Amino acid sequence: MIESLFTPFLFQSTAQAITPILFAALAGVLCGRVGVFNLALEGQMLVGAFAAIVGSYFGHSAFVGVAAAIAAAGVFSLILGYGATIFRGDPVVIGIGMNLLASGLTAYLLRVVFGVSGTFSDPNVVGLGRITIPALVGVPVLGWAFARQSALTLAVWALTALISVVLFLTPVGLRLRGVGEQPDAAGALGIDVVRYRIVTVLIAGALTGLAGAQLSLGAVSVFAEDMSAGRGWIAVVAVMLGRNNPLYAAAACVLFGFADAIGVNLQSHGLPNQLTDVAPYVATLLALVISHRRRIRASPPSRRSTAIAMEEIGRTLGSTNSQALDDRS
Amino acid sequence: MTPFSGGLKRGGDRLRIPPVALATGFAALVGAALILISGHDPLSAYAEIVRGSLTPQALPDTLNWATPLVGMTLAAAIPLRGGMVNLGGDGQLVIGGLIGALAPLFLPDHGAFGAAVGLAFAGLGGGLYAALAAWGEVRHGVPMLISSLLLSYPAMGVTSYLARFPLRDVSTGLPQTLMIPPDARLHVLSGALNVGSLLIAAVALAVVFVDRRTSTGYELRMRGKNPRFTGYGGVRLGRQAVRTMFASGAIAGLVGAIIVLGSQFRFIDGALITPAYTWSGLMAALLVSGEPVGAIVAAVFFAALQTGGFAMQRETSVPRVLTLVLQAIVILFLAMRRGLGRRM
Repeated sequence: MIESLFTPFLFQSTAQAITPILFAALAGVLCGRVGVFNLALEGQMLVGAFAAIVGSYFGHSAFVGVAAAIAAAGVFSLILGYGATIFRGDPVVIGIGMNLLASGLTAYLLRVVFGVSGTFSDPNVVGLGRITIPALVGVPVLGWAFARQSALTLAVWALTALISVVLFLTPVGLRLRGVGEQPDAAGALGIDVVRYRIVTVLIAGALTGLAGAQLSLGAVSVFAEDMSAGRGWIAVVAVMLGRNNPLYAAAACVLFGFADAIGVNLQSHGLPNQLTDVAPYVATLLALVISHRRRIRASPPSRRSTAIAMEEIGRTLGSTNSQALDDRS
Repeated sequence: MTPFSGGLKRGGDRLRIPPVALATGFAALVGAALILISGHDPLSAYAEIVRGSLTPQALPDTLNWATPLVGMTLAAAIPLRGGMVNLGGDGQLVIGGLIGALAPLFLPDHGAFGAAVGLAFAGLGGGLYAALAAWGEVRHGVPMLISSLLLSYPAMGVTSYLARFPLRDVSTGLPQTLMIPPDARLHVLSGALNVGSLLIAAVALAVVFVDRRTSTGYELRMRGKNPRFTGYGGVRLGRQAVRTMFASGAIAGLVGAIIVLGSQFRFIDGALITPAYTWSGLMAALLVSGEPVGAIVAAVFFAALQTGGFAMQRETSVPRVLTLVLQAIVILFLAMRRGLGRRM
């Protein structure tokens, strides 16, 4: 059974499945590092997916589609960028609101622009082709995963490396992290906190646009309503599991990608897809429990549960409570 | 500060318009632009929304939509009042719905008692499932926000599987369970309205009462403002979290059972999720940070908007998903209301 599970095809479909989640996770990592809690990854991805289809349909090329996705998701992300900084909104509310706006808006435009509801596909839509890397063909694992993939699937890993380097090894990255950790100190040093945040959210938006483009133009060129289907939330969890570190978040994405691909594989062995579809979510939950377990073991047993409760409350509420606290000032 | 506490008053030399009015106006403008893109007339579209929701003929439809929406809003508002977020409403909803659909089938000759059992166990099931997420945070440190959301997917997957395979009504060929016997259905009040609406109204009153008049409500509100203060004051935060989430999930489960027992009479895969009660309810609750009365008002407002949307699509063929867009814009605008009035 194991033999038939870990086939070359599994690696290829895993690498493909990871791409949109990893793009979104990188976006989430950047936003988290700069101090803007981004829950809108799901909606941003959806906006990118729709824009990619529109761009490819009217522009007759996948490149136009990808460019449209970047532009649309970028503009969309300004809602979070400006909303959480200049307009002092609660990022949790803004994020969830953006998800709902994206769902409704793409569904509406689907009807208005293409005259259909549910799903849309058309021969005029040009999908992302696959690039074959001759040097990797036949190479175990890496070759199975990356020998024939879309340009975005290859690009996302390059971007992961690039973002890690920029974040941890360049002055810009240092300032970005400073803005997230101690915005007042950063501001006192002369860094324009608001500008850093807005620009970072904009870049993150572009990344989610790429995630969406991979979704709608990557494998089969089709747009379906709500096609992000929870991947944005998995990306949020990947960011959390990875503690806002791009490399750890990427590792988390690989975990989910495998769980997802194994789930699909199990379908061909007879299990119903309603049950196998939940594989990545169960894997995520287990990973969360295990990862938090290791941190909890460090604190003294008597105060364990209260300590956790208060710590996590403080963190989760850091965003939702800002309204209540601000109202008193 | 809720969006409803603006009022018309002179703040210095500026006339303060209530934020809700501003938000709705702004959303109406954006919506008008979207309607124009589709080649229709915004004014007639909006007229249909109002006509399709607030006129005496349409009011029962609005109230019918408002029943589950108010329920899901309360389910979201209860934890929000204490600063906690329950994103797993969909999962709790389908668990309750399936239990509600199955109970009368197991108690075939007991009529209304079967329905009552269904409602009770639906609440229990939804409550336990939500409490699971709370327990995850208290005991294992997994944030409730995430675990509640992640748990909803397995719940939806398993109920979907059950409705499609083992528990399926094979005579219809659709992914749904057997129809419940007629005497187990919720008693009809008028047209589409049934006893379920009264149930939800009772729940709403109970929530407002607990929030305003009991120590439980007080402790929850204090937790929402300052959890450390509440903890130091003697409240067992872990226990409070689990109980609050239980109440939240119980209401969600109850809503699911009410929909099944009152309107659909069977568990249909996906039918509880498609109308997006959970997310609209969450939006309404987020608007007012969980304050119960405001949440109920917001929920009724959204219900009217969505009911009107059906009429709008029928009469003017403007897609009714536009109402969801309008809702989201109102939410976003109100989320940023504190910053919008400032000179930057």
